[in-house]
Amino acid sequence: MSAITFQVNGRSHTLDLDPTTPLLYVLSDDLGLRGPKFGCGLGQCGACTAIVNGTALRSCITAVSAVAGKEITTLEGLGTPEKPHPIQKAFIEEQAAQCGFCLNGVILTAKALLDRKPHPTDAEIQGALSNVLCRCFTHTRMHRAIQRAAREVAR
Amino acid sequence: MTRESFAALDRRGFLKSAGALVVSFSISAPPMHAQFGNTPIPGSPQNDQVDSWIAVGADGMITAYSGKEELGQGIATAQQQLIAEELCVPFDRVKLLYCDTAMTPDQAYTSGSQSHPANFNHSNLALACATAREALLHKAAERLALPAEQLVIADGVIRARTDTSKRVSYAELVGGSRLHLALDPNAKRKPPREWTVLGKAVGRVDMAAMVTGEFEYVHNVRLPGMLHGRVVRPPSVGATVASVDESSVSTMPGVVKVVVRRNFVGVVAQKPWQAMQAAERLKVTWTPGPGLPKQSTFYDHLRSLPSRDALLVDSKDTSQVLAQSATVLRARYDHPYQMHGSVGSSCAVADVQGGKATLYSPTQGVWYQKTTGAMILGLKPQDVHVIFRRGAGCYGLNGADTVSYDALILSQAVEKPVKVQLSRKDEMAWENYGNAWTIDERAALDAAGNIVAWEHEAWTASLGNRPGPMTPGNVITGMLVGYSPAAFEPGPARDPRSYNNGSNGIPSYVAGRVAGVEGGTGTVKSEKVLVHTVQSPFWTGPLRSPARLQNTFAHESFMDELAARVKADPVEYRLRHLRNPRVVGVLKAAAKAANWETRPSPVGGRPKTGVVTGRGVACVAYEGDNGYTGIVVEVAVNQDDGRVAVKRMWVAIDAGPISNPDGLRNQAEGGALQGMSRALGEEVTWDDEKITSIDWRTYHSLPLGFELPRIECVLVDQPDERATGAGETSITVVAAALANAIFDAAGIRLRQVPFTVERVRQALQARV
Ligand code: FES
Ligand code: FES
Repeated sequence: MSAITFQVNGRSHTLDLDPTTPLLYVLSDDLGLRGPKFGCGLGQCGACTAIVNGTALRSCITAVSAVAGKEITTLEGLGTPEKPHPIQKAFIEEQAAQCGFCLNGVILTAKALLDRKPHPTDAEIQGALSNVLCRCFTHTRMHRAIQRAAREVAR
Repeated sequence: MTRESFAALDRRGFLKSAGALVVSFSISAPPMHAQFGNTPIPGSPQNDQVDSWIAVGADGMITAYSGKEELGQGIATAQQQLIAEELCVPFDRVKLLYCDTAMTPDQAYTSGSQSHPANFNHSNLALACATAREALLHKAAERLALPAEQLVIADGVIRARTDTSKRVSYAELVGGSRLHLALDPNAKRKPPREWTVLGKAVGRVDMAAMVTGEFEYVHNVRLPGMLHGRVVRPPSVGATVASVDESSVSTMPGVVKVVVRRNFVGVVAQKPWQAMQAAERLKVTWTPGPGLPKQSTFYDHLRSLPSRDALLVDSKDTSQVLAQSATVLRARYDHPYQMHGSVGSSCAVADVQGGKATLYSPTQGVWYQKTTGAMILGLKPQDVHVIFRRGAGCYGLNGADTVSYDALILSQAVEKPVKVQLSRKDEMAWENYGNAWTIDERAALDAAGNIVAWEHEAWTASLGNRPGPMTPGNVITGMLVGYSPAAFEPGPARDPRSYNNGSNGIPSYVAGRVAGVEGGTGTVKSEKVLVHTVQSPFWTGPLRSPARLQNTFAHESFMDELAARVKADPVEYRLRHLRNPRVVGVLKAAAKAANWETRPSPVGGRPKTGVVTGRGVACVAYEGDNGYTGIVVEVAVNQDDGRVAVKRMWVAIDAGPISNPDGLRNQAEGGALQGMSRALGEEVTWDDEKITSIDWRTYHSLPLGFELPRIECVLVDQPDERATGAGETSITVVAAALANAIFDAAGIRLRQVPFTVERVRQALQARV
């Protein structure tokens, strides 16, 4: 066990942890966050995505020791139902979900993309999402939502 | 009231908190003896009582109780629209609670595209609301001393048509009291043409919470003192526990207990990561299973096994007509086991202490979790409280039920709340797969090219199913602790007694004559459908459009082969053999949207290299009469490398009166793409002892990032028809339409799902 400090959604946390623990379980269990989810635990689906210092990472295969001193953003760090982030707003407007379980990975991956590239081409959106799964196959709406968010953010 | 406190509150508590006293209606309706589709579990709220479905609060809020749950398909929003519509209250004055054995009616499972027909027609929830509205109107007429005909209802207030000062609200009439009223089969429903809330594209009630990470999935349920469990499944199919060396993990940090019950092995720890590591490290010696049949010859193997046979239709003259016809076509179609493959592996939270159990479960059947969970725990059903909490989209029987048993067993062993989430591999290696099928189609044509006889003979492999009221052995955990799946007994077919096309075994183009009545949607009178069910080595269970999808793949591919044989246009040839206006309607609607060019397939005269495009069509009356869909698909086939790109899809769908057009569209689009993923890549694989498709590298789902086809949906509204199923309609027709489009483009016929690049390439090479 060792004390590890990191920021989550703007708040600093110092926790006494097994440093090999994947970040996902720290976020979802120790901190009780609902955004990051266990999908595969293998880095294959995206459900556990968190943004760490601006990069979308798979928290299920990222040891918590690797994020010491870093700034982490989860889905709840973007906005609230009352004040959604433009990307979240775009997903609401496009009604881009069915079960919604994959949304964490989809929205955070899109957020990291748009932060880096405010005007992505369709191919760039596809590329960013090439390892993200939605088994309800809400694909068309999600692509539309990301394009809409890009337009809104650009404005 | 918060989400959590709603769950904790029982019906009595709700009424108390809503205040006011209990007043009975003076009017009484005759007891209702209608069929509710299932026999409710004793102790569940009575389905024929209005109070079981709705309560009017002292504040005018309507609380409704439904046995059909939100799985991501949008039915909660649609039900809320229904309640608001029938009761004439604003949408947001309705609170819908569903699938909690302490308060909601037993409507069996939420599955099989049954929620829309069950609750939106003249029964159950819709009828309860209509009954209540009429009773409230009657009550208001008494109170206001005016005839009911002179009253109007809006926003939960009943007032005189001419004098707005004469008014009384629902809350004033009955707020906080029980209605004490039986469902009235004569209660009038609001006609779809007068709808103001239903029929509109109301946004999903859970959308904002989902996109902001506020939504509570079962994975997010946290109970005080909750521990974390992980299961250790057998390494191969049929393996049994020889010994467990608990000392292999006893010194690991956080480990609370190793739990062994017959062949069930699990570990409980303080934290999830500790439980995972302990499950990984625990030394279990297994006695190997009997081994598995070879996958490469599996479809032939299915045909050789003892079978339980069923005849769906038999005019008893097909062999004769086939023998006498100059033109007879035969084709065989194979469809693999496929997975539900939920994005989130299944999870449940159980708290079993002091002889009582509370279970938070993503199950599709809370009442059967209650009865079977009680069996597993050795408790009485009344001591088991099951509360539905959504998991990841399930598309049928994923690991939801089995992980619920896992959580119950582990919690009982440590007498503390335990959360269990399966590993990706444990989910994929042991779920109840969509059944494998191998199907023969045979048809005879007359001199004009019309079909005069059609035989369909299918073999399907089955083991286990959803847990019913008393069958926990239908899923892996139940079996591991000693229950068996329903025994398999081979037996010959008997003549069918009534027309039932629930499995879509009967093609759309035959008359479907059973017991002197033609129940089918087509014209061909010489017909026979025979289904052989054999024992599966793997667990099976309903996967979105079970049997319907596989049968439709065969029927609609074969129909295309027949049309091609007589050089007929595939749409025109279908229309020639159809007599049901709703199937005809969706077929024509899809063709029209796609700007269908009338000509036979394949296009022909194309180069044998490079990229060629083509279009294919398919249609179905889902379950014979529970939703109608037609589809046209446009593909590009790369003849150099075998890659198939789907360019466009036009989906026409008729689900009766449209309850929520955007919800319907979302289901139709999702079904179309899921169908495409299943047709192009998804297949369960195994070696000689175990499943080998155990993650997303070995089971091939289309990711979000691929070149998406453009999808256009045509919603066919039918305000005068019954509400039908919707969620499983579009997926049913995709594989066939894709195969037909590939044939149209490149002249190759794919008869085995999935149409992998390798299979397409082989077919292209084999082309003459
Ligand atoms: S859960 Fe991390 S990528 Fe799937
Ligand atoms: S919405 Fe269900 S997995 Fe994406």
